[in-house]
Amino acid sequence: MALVIAAIVLVLAIVLRPQPLPEAQALPANHRSIETAQLRPAAAFATITDPAVRSVALFEEAGRVIQHPRCMNCHPRTDRPTQTDAMRPHMPWVTRGPDNAGAATLRCTTCHHDANFAASGVPGNPKWKLAPIEMAWQGKTLGQICRQILDPARAHMGRDQLLQHMAKDELVGWAWHPGGKRTPAPGTQAEFGALIDAWLKTGARCPA
Amino acid sequence: MIEAPAPKRRFRMTRRRMILGGTLAGGALVVGYTATHPMQVAGAILQGGGSDPEPSAFGPFIRVTPDGWTTIVNRQQELGQGIHAGMAAMIAEELDADWDRVRVIDAHSNLRAYGMQGSAGSNSIASNWDLMRTAGAAARAMFVAAAAMRWSVPRNLITVRDGVVSHPGSNRSATFAELLAEAARQTPPQQPSLKHPKDYRLIGTDRVRRKDSLPKSTGAQVYTQDVQLPDMLVAMVAHSPRFGGRLAKFDSSDARKVKGVVDVIAIETGVAVVAENTFAARQGRDALRTEWNDSAAETRSTPQLVSYYHDIAAGRTDVEPSEFHSKGEDAAAFGAGTIEFAFDFPYLAHAPMETMDCVAQVDGWDVKIISGSHLPTVDQVQAARVAATIPGRVDVQVIPAGGSFGRRGNLTADYLAECVRIAKRTNGRPVKLIWTREDEQSSGLFRPMAHHRIWVQLGPDGFPARWRHHVVAQSLLPVGPNAQAVEGIATSPYLAAARVVDGKVFSPSFPVPVAFFRSVGHSINGMVMEHAIDQLAKRAGRDPADYRRAMYRRAGAKRHLAVLDELCRKAGWGTPLAAGWARGLAVHEAFGTVVGQVAEVRMQDGRPIVRRVVAVVDCGIAVSPDQIAAQMEGAIGFGLSAALYGAMTLKDGVVQETNFDTYPVVRMNEMPAVETYILPSSNRPTGMGEPGVPPIAPAIANAVLALTGAPTRSLPMLPKGSANFGSGMSPGTTPGATTV
Amino acid sequence: MSYSLTVNGQVRHVDEDGQTPLLWVLRDTLKLPGTKYGCGIAQCGACTVHVDGQPMRSCSLALEAAAGSQIVTIEAVDGPQADAIRDAWVARDVPQCGFCQSGQIMSAVALLRSVPKPTDADIDIAMSGNICRCATYNRIRAAIHDAAGSAQS
Repeated sequence: MALVIAAIVLVLAIVLRPQPLPEAQALPANHRSIETAQLRPAAAFATITDPAVRSVALFEEAGRVIQHPRCMNCHPRTDRPTQTDAMRPHMPWVTRGPDNAGAATLRCTTCHHDANFAASGVPGNPKWKLAPIEMAWQGKTLGQICRQILDPARAHMGRDQLLQHMAKDELVGWAWHPGGKRTPAPGTQAEFGALIDAWLKTGARCPA
Repeated sequence: MIEAPAPKRRFRMTRRRMILGGTLAGGALVVGYTATHPMQVAGAILQGGGSDPEPSAFGPFIRVTPDGWTTIVNRQQELGQGIHAGMAAMIAEELDADWDRVRVIDAHSNLRAYGMQGSAGSNSIASNWDLMRTAGAAARAMFVAAAAMRWSVPRNLITVRDGVVSHPGSNRSATFAELLAEAARQTPPQQPSLKHPKDYRLIGTDRVRRKDSLPKSTGAQVYTQDVQLPDMLVAMVAHSPRFGGRLAKFDSSDARKVKGVVDVIAIETGVAVVAENTFAARQGRDALRTEWNDSAAETRSTPQLVSYYHDIAAGRTDVEPSEFHSKGEDAAAFGAGTIEFAFDFPYLAHAPMETMDCVAQVDGWDVKIISGSHLPTVDQVQAARVAATIPGRVDVQVIPAGGSFGRRGNLTADYLAECVRIAKRTNGRPVKLIWTREDEQSSGLFRPMAHHRIWVQLGPDGFPARWRHHVVAQSLLPVGPNAQAVEGIATSPYLAAARVVDGKVFSPSFPVPVAFFRSVGHSINGMVMEHAIDQLAKRAGRDPADYRRAMYRRAGAKRHLAVLDELCRKAGWGTPLAAGWARGLAVHEAFGTVVGQVAEVRMQDGRPIVRRVVAVVDCGIAVSPDQIAAQMEGAIGFGLSAALYGAMTLKDGVVQETNFDTYPVVRMNEMPAVETYILPSSNRPTGMGEPGVPPIAPAIANAVLALTGAPTRSLPMLPKGSANFGSGMSPGTTPGATTV
Repeated sequence: MSYSLTVNGQVRHVDEDGQTPLLWVLRDTLKLPGTKYGCGIAQCGACTVHVDGQPMRSCSLALEAAAGSQIVTIEAVDGPQADAIRDAWVARDVPQCGFCQSGQIMSAVALLRSVPKPTDADIDIAMSGNICRCATYNRIRAAIHDAAGSAQS
């Protein structure tokens, strides 16, 4: 054994003999920008003359945000959120708990704080928590989500509050500033809010 | 905390040292040590090395002090496996020391004092069994002789118990401490008599407990990551994102602007950022701009490698096989009725909790290392090579490691050599190299990926008559046969029971680095053999236990047979389970130890749920039953992670699984209950750190086969992209509850 | 910038970037190495400390977010639950390599303070954020049950 190791060391010494190393030099910065998808503005739907059709079209455009992983991950159909653009189960295993902010002994705040944290890559927001189970979106069609949003019993909010939630809520707004390598939701929260506003004003029609 | 560098002493060989197991460069007087001759050769080549141990009259492994404590110097490495307690127990048993006043310290690397140091092949207890007992018995004899002289009584009327030497006839007694000066002047016997196992008071009892549980429960245990030395710098290194890539260009200007960054140095393995603290090193490293030359790098993706392996096994490449087993005349003839199996296994990362790290200081010809070393002798030699000095000027201070599973025990000593390279460039200031989890996962030195293809022809009795086996895996060693790729196959009782065997191993070579991993080739081959056998039993319409039993009888595999029989009894094999549950069985020998496991499994939403594992082990004489159970529990958890989720993959040559979010491991809510039963034995002890790993994957796969009829053709069972990847189970459904 | 935080009962002033993880402030600046770096992304729990009584991953908590808080680390966690947990850990020989155990113990102490008699499901929930590669989970579970029994008085 000792001889074998001695022989190996000798071989490695030859293979790994010193090689010249480069000197430091000026290099261009490597930009790694994350591409942000655009939303069609609400005004772009004005060409659709039938208000019902326009309403559905507006919601379908807003649906690109609603069904984006940044939003869906926190609207799970179980007690466990999902993560990443692939929407895989949250790791480690966590559960929503009584207030949707984690079990008493494993709170969301064990890891998530008021702001995204670059050093650990863990996202954060002062209101970090799951949507209530009645607001589960995962596994539903956009039409089902639409009708659910409009049902005060499940959405826990009227239309004014709904617009407020979509257009102004700071946790919803996180979806456009998710930090790390996460893909932001399309467009901006203001553009999304304008789509929701226009949808509500056109009769809040839902896709099939 | 960390001890100050000890003054160097010349180590002089004396007769006393030799008898107590002190020097391995000696001759025939080294009692019971079989590896003397190669050690002499290696000693001559390497010129000894390391700082010499504190002199003790009782040899380098035993110090008895006037405070009444016995200090055992552990020449093995504490990686979590509890070896410090096993080493101490072997000495304390023969010394009849007071176990409650035995402490253990770790030996520095020193070839001449301690021989080749390293923990490999689950060999620590087995390879020290004679040496440690002899050292303890010789020291005991010195205390007996001292007491006999003091009291003028015959030695054979003196007894020793718990560090007290007594002469019952005259009702006199004295402690080791009281006899210390006289005992130290005695000449140790050349061949001290060793106890009969029936007389053991410590070995084999639950008194053999860890000595480090308290410091490991208070945060006081110091790991390499925790070492703080005056003036110490912290380094991180930017490595090539692809294996075999070389640094082409780098720009350190932004890195140097980070507060706390001291220097940026190009080294052979990348660009090192040296800083006053860890976070500054990290920020500096992240601010580097680098370009890499990939002309010699591995740029393939995992699916390409898998199909390359399939091509190799089919003989469609220029990779030539070598034979690892062959018997029977008509080895080439595999005609009609041949049953074919294929298995694919991924690369695996060891992922110990403590990432790779090392502390090094280079001062002229002298190198000082502090590391949770796994192979101190190799580390010492590699440090010497990198520092262009001789091993004798390198002191490796070995401290406990936060896990290794083979990662810290590789022959290139990659991270340690890298640390020495940096320390050469810091004007004598000590350097602590820290690898992030991402560095570690991306570093390679993986458990090799493998492809197995088996062709079996059953005889008229339903048992394998002809067995052809092709293995494709990179070799772990740069020279010699690829023995690790086929360990556990060539020696399998199933092959012994077959008439014709044709075994070939193909060893492709490319830049992805591979390394020893807990249970090494057995981590793959246990699954291959045990899952193939269950599928053959199913074909033959036989109960898997009966099918194995018949072959073990035919092969004369008595230890397998005994393990299987006890396993069936303890696991209730053949008794009914609640609806939806099934048992799976596997028996595998690794490193001289035979382990059998039965897993109780049900399927939930397409994933196996393992609630209970019953394990039976024959590891010879059990030195520390509690630590054997601990190793079994740990090996099952470790093997379960690999069976369910473990896979390191490449995309265009770049590692995709960089942390525990993409390389999930079993957590509390997935750990099955484990019951461990040790077969009584009077044989010499064999290993326990690794042999618990191989049976768990096939035990689960065999249960799944029984439940669903579907064989498992590759690991992991729940790969990335599958619905259950890393998904765990709901709390409360895990039954890890009922154990211990 | 300078931040004040109370660590193990002592007010400490730290002059570091506010985005420095608390983990490295504890380990490198305040020389409290019992809290371990294991993954750096809040996956493994080896860096768990108590912040205003709540278990948190110190790798994922910025110094500026921790400022003003009461922080307790493995070196100083005390009280009947901590004593019971440590005693149970030693009595069961829970640790193997031991590297994760600081975090395991901090999570377990917080669990017992919140749920004096945890069920197995409670243990799964509270402890699944802490990885042990040596897989000492069964002994951890048993030791928590032991400690729950002995910390009652």
